[in-house]
Amino acid sequence: MLDTLIAGLLHGNAYALVAVGISLIFGVTNVVNFAHMSVFGLGAMCAWFFIADLRWPFWATLAVVVAVTGLTGLLINLLVVRPLARYLPIAALLATYAVAQILDSVSQWVFGPRVRPFPEVLPTDDLHIGLMRFGTSDVVMLALTIAVMAALGLYLKFGKSGRAIRATSQDPEAALQMGIPVGRIQHLSFVIASALGGVAGVFVALYTGTVSPTSGATAGLTAFVAATLGGLGSIPGAVIGGFVLGVAEAFGVSLFGGSVDDIIMFAILILVLLVRPGGLLGRVPVLAPEPMTGTFLGRGRPIRLGRWGLVAVLAVGGVVIPVLGSRTFLTIGTQVLIYAIIGAGFTVTAGQSGVIALGQAGPIALGAYASALLALLAHWPFWVSLPVGGLVAAVGASVLGSALWRVKGHYISIATLGMGIVTVAILRVAEPLTRGVYGLYGIPTPHIGGLALDTPLAFYLIDFLVLVGTLAVVVRLRSSHLGRVMSAVGSDEVAAYASGIRVRDYKALAFAVSAFFAGVGGALLAHQYTYIDPDLFGLTMSLLVLTIVVLGGVNVPFGAVIGSIVLIGALEVFRVTPQLRVILYGLALILVVRFRPGGAWVRRA
Amino acid sequence: MTETQAATAQTVAGTAIPPLLSVRGLRRTFAGLAAVDAVSFDVAPGEVVSIIGPNGSGKTTTLNLVTGAIPADAGEILLDGRRIDRLDPARIAEAGIARTFQNGRVFGALSVADNVAVGLHTTLRAGRPARRLSTWFLLRWIPLLAELAVALVPTRAARREQARIEAAVAAELDRFGQRLAPRRDDFAYTLSYANRRRTEIARALAPRPRLLVLDEPTAGMNPSETAEVLDQLLQLKAEGQAILLVEHKIDLVMTVSDRVVVIDGGRVISEGRPDAVRRDPLVAEAYLGRRRGKA
Amino acid sequence: MTTLLRLADVNVYYGAFHVLRDVRLEVGAGEIVSLLGGNASGKSTTMKTILGLTRLRSGTITFDGVPVEHRSTPARVRAGIASVPEARRVFPQLTVDENLLAGAYTRKDRAGVAEDLERMREHFPRLAERRRQEAGTLSGGEQQMLAFARALMSRPRLICMDEPTMGLAPRLVDQVLDEIARLNRELGVAVLLVEQQAELALSIASRGYVLATGEIAVQGTADELLRDPRIQEAYLGRSTA
Repeated sequence: MLDTLIAGLLHGNAYALVAVGISLIFGVTNVVNFAHMSVFGLGAMCAWFFIADLRWPFWATLAVVVAVTGLTGLLINLLVVRPLARYLPIAALLATYAVAQILDSVSQWVFGPRVRPFPEVLPTDDLHIGLMRFGTSDVVMLALTIAVMAALGLYLKFGKSGRAIRATSQDPEAALQMGIPVGRIQHLSFVIASALGGVAGVFVALYTGTVSPTSGATAGLTAFVAATLGGLGSIPGAVIGGFVLGVAEAFGVSLFGGSVDDIIMFAILILVLLVRPGGLLGRVPVLAPEPMTGTFLGRGRPIRLGRWGLVAVLAVGGVVIPVLGSRTFLTIGTQVLIYAIIGAGFTVTAGQSGVIALGQAGPIALGAYASALLALLAHWPFWVSLPVGGLVAAVGASVLGSALWRVKGHYISIATLGMGIVTVAILRVAEPLTRGVYGLYGIPTPHIGGLALDTPLAFYLIDFLVLVGTLAVVVRLRSSHLGRVMSAVGSDEVAAYASGIRVRDYKALAFAVSAFFAGVGGALLAHQYTYIDPDLFGLTMSLLVLTIVVLGGVNVPFGAVIGSIVLIGALEVFRVTPQLRVILYGLALILVVRFRPGGAWVRRA
Repeated sequence: MTETQAATAQTVAGTAIPPLLSVRGLRRTFAGLAAVDAVSFDVAPGEVVSIIGPNGSGKTTTLNLVTGAIPADAGEILLDGRRIDRLDPARIAEAGIARTFQNGRVFGALSVADNVAVGLHTTLRAGRPARRLSTWFLLRWIPLLAELAVALVPTRAARREQARIEAAVAAELDRFGQRLAPRRDDFAYTLSYANRRRTEIARALAPRPRLLVLDEPTAGMNPSETAEVLDQLLQLKAEGQAILLVEHKIDLVMTVSDRVVVIDGGRVISEGRPDAVRRDPLVAEAYLGRRRGKA
Repeated sequence: MTTLLRLADVNVYYGAFHVLRDVRLEVGAGEIVSLLGGNASGKSTTMKTILGLTRLRSGTITFDGVPVEHRSTPARVRAGIASVPEARRVFPQLTVDENLLAGAYTRKDRAGVAEDLERMREHFPRLAERRRQEAGTLSGGEQQMLAFARALMSRPRLICMDEPTMGLAPRLVDQVLDEIARLNRELGVAVLLVEQQAELALSIASRGYVLATGEIAVQGTADELLRDPRIQEAYLGRSTA
């Protein structure tokens, strides 16, 4: 009992260190910096490299980590956040999400992806109080955290630039009028926050004894939730959030086992956001001052295909490629088509209702598992389990997401990210049914009568027909009154509500429609791979879907096809390695958001 | 106080009909400071009432309270004798109040015509089957899914309704002559500031609201554009449209209003016919400040 | 009297919207000048342009004979222009003392800052009483005093004040104006006072400018302006309408 509490507090202080950085950055820049979780992972990997590989002493390593992560933070602000935050914070949020994926992949590339033991710098098991055992390492870590936190607290309270940071975070325009160089203060905050994140990464590695390039994605994400829980922008909130999550996680894991911590974490987050939409100590404005997405991602006029263009595209996609394409080409084609289906469906949520959902892998996984299980266990034919997979995804995502629609602004993106993770966590936990991490194999391929449709050509044709159907539905929806209403919601919630539109309901409906097509796409994937496991449906898949849609234009269903061809087809044809691929997704996302916010398939207005 | 104000409304309207909108003792505080305090006024059917006052006096907050955009801390708002102060903005819109916003909030991702069509959402019947269930927990999915089904496979009634909407949109755009009609298919984000305001007004007027609430409709317009808006407001007034107006351009207010409510520091300091308000020394003071000896 | 601030033919656009047209304006050293006009006449934009928060399309701004229109806001503060922003904008979760120190950000002389902090406490005893209290918990009048004191902490030669009486009770309005006059008299700091309450503002100013739809419509000494019927018009509309 007591040692669970201590374990929770130890974890909690690392979360708090990272969360403080996230809140600090949000305070002075108004940007949710997803890259922060990777900075945390980078700190851990750096420490491993200097201690295990170069045999540096611990203290020197800590100094290097502070320097490396601080510099990384500065670069993130200089190159990504600052140029974008001027347009709209949501653009910067998207870009930092991409930076996070890039940093993790670079780290995997440089250090190799495996999980490795972290050297025991200090004894971990040499002390005890009564029956409880712990190590010098724990004591040093706790003392260091307290020292760092105290130093930060004193600096913010009494330091000249610390005070300027607080002033900027409370009112940047007034701060500027006092002669405070707000831009430099933002740089400074990024450096401080990132250095804290790096140090926390080292601590967590020390505590858990293992380290991997993606450790930031799990522990960093918890810190992220902690900052959100405490109220973005509030430093004391971040500390409280960190400890609350650390302790809740420790007890949850000791009661239910390790696989539930994601679920517990996001359940707490959603509950808190429902009661206090700005987090425990945060504030949200009474009335949204400006639309979050409408004016940024909606710009540009989609290029029209025209009747002959349409015929030509249908002929090339439906006849020329199937007839002339090699097996490899057609196999790549099926991937392109499936992601185009998912992406085209996603434009309803991301474009029309203006919700930048970061966890679309969740409904994809639901559809894949539902269809696979119906085929495996109940022996349903593919043609029935496919649409049912879509329906299960729509219903499941709607149930899991039902609490999201009251949440506002940046919080909704964070909550959808969590929803995607929770969905996969549930699939992992529901082991008797889903076989957990072992995954499902032997998923039957489609049949017509006795004819097995298991060739690349057959898959390609099935996917092509489903894509044509998806585009028809989405385009029809857009041109209907309902479509206009959904677009109104995405353009300006306050004005839509005043026009008699129940904003939350239409967001929920848009999300359900997108989830349906995500589920259908997932089902197609499952029956063509014949094997699925939870790891397939991670953050990378969510990032990919988002990037495809942003690249093609969030308001352009056909753009998803272009995005898919570029991001899957081209990268597959050039045999790009998976890690480099994530880096390219991230770069594409950043560049599009920066230079062509309306997407590739639009004319500049 | 309450009775005398109700009486004013009746005499202004000339007959003993009850007020269309009735606001009683409205109060809203932000961080402990009262932005609106004990504000009461009426709008009779067909009447144009303007709220004026210096910057920060609580005009826009009052409009936000009347339209439900922010909830009131205390007080009553009645439309046709029915309490609406606890309703959400969507239900208030359905009850017949349509509004515009201070800086012109249009739907940038939609064309001008679609912006106006969205304004007709509350009037849809065939396009939104079972819409009475819209406010119920979980059951709200029935009208939502039905609306989705009709959107994908329209019924004959829904198609007829759609044609009616197109006609209503065209009529609404015509109100603005050559200003909006040539731009009906342009995205709203490409519009000039003045055209955004016009689009917004068209969107608000399209459902034929019982009460039209306008927040500074001429802000950012030049004198000739302002004169145009004045003409349109007079036209609406002649059609019997009740309007609650917040506006800084005093000439316009004095010309178009039946009655003017002056607020300062969140409280009503004067109310009455435009010429009487203009002569009220309290009003001159609120705007110009009191005369005082040189310090 | 030497000219401290001079705006020459300043034009500012918001998008396609021409918000300031050829604005010319001067403030002499140690002078109180009021900038008047109705809502949305361009007063606040003029203020923001002087402080470097809004870019000008054409024209020049000289402060103490040096062109500053291309300088950043912090550089202008260092040069001696301080600001009392619209709606006061004190830092709500900073204490009174911390607000004052934030106002001295551009200064390097620690001893001088400490000295000025002490002077402000003497000058504004109410603030001294509440030095450890968060500024957000102060009353409107006290916040206004804090905003004045915060601006003075940079040792400015000109303070731009954007509607310091906005949203204050009438009793406090008098106090605030008396305070401005006193600061000007005792510290010799020049004040550019943006006000809606024309008659009050002119009661402490020596000269005034009236803005109407982005242009200087009338200018003159305070006495001339107080007698000018066009002022009444600019606010309350033509009485013949």
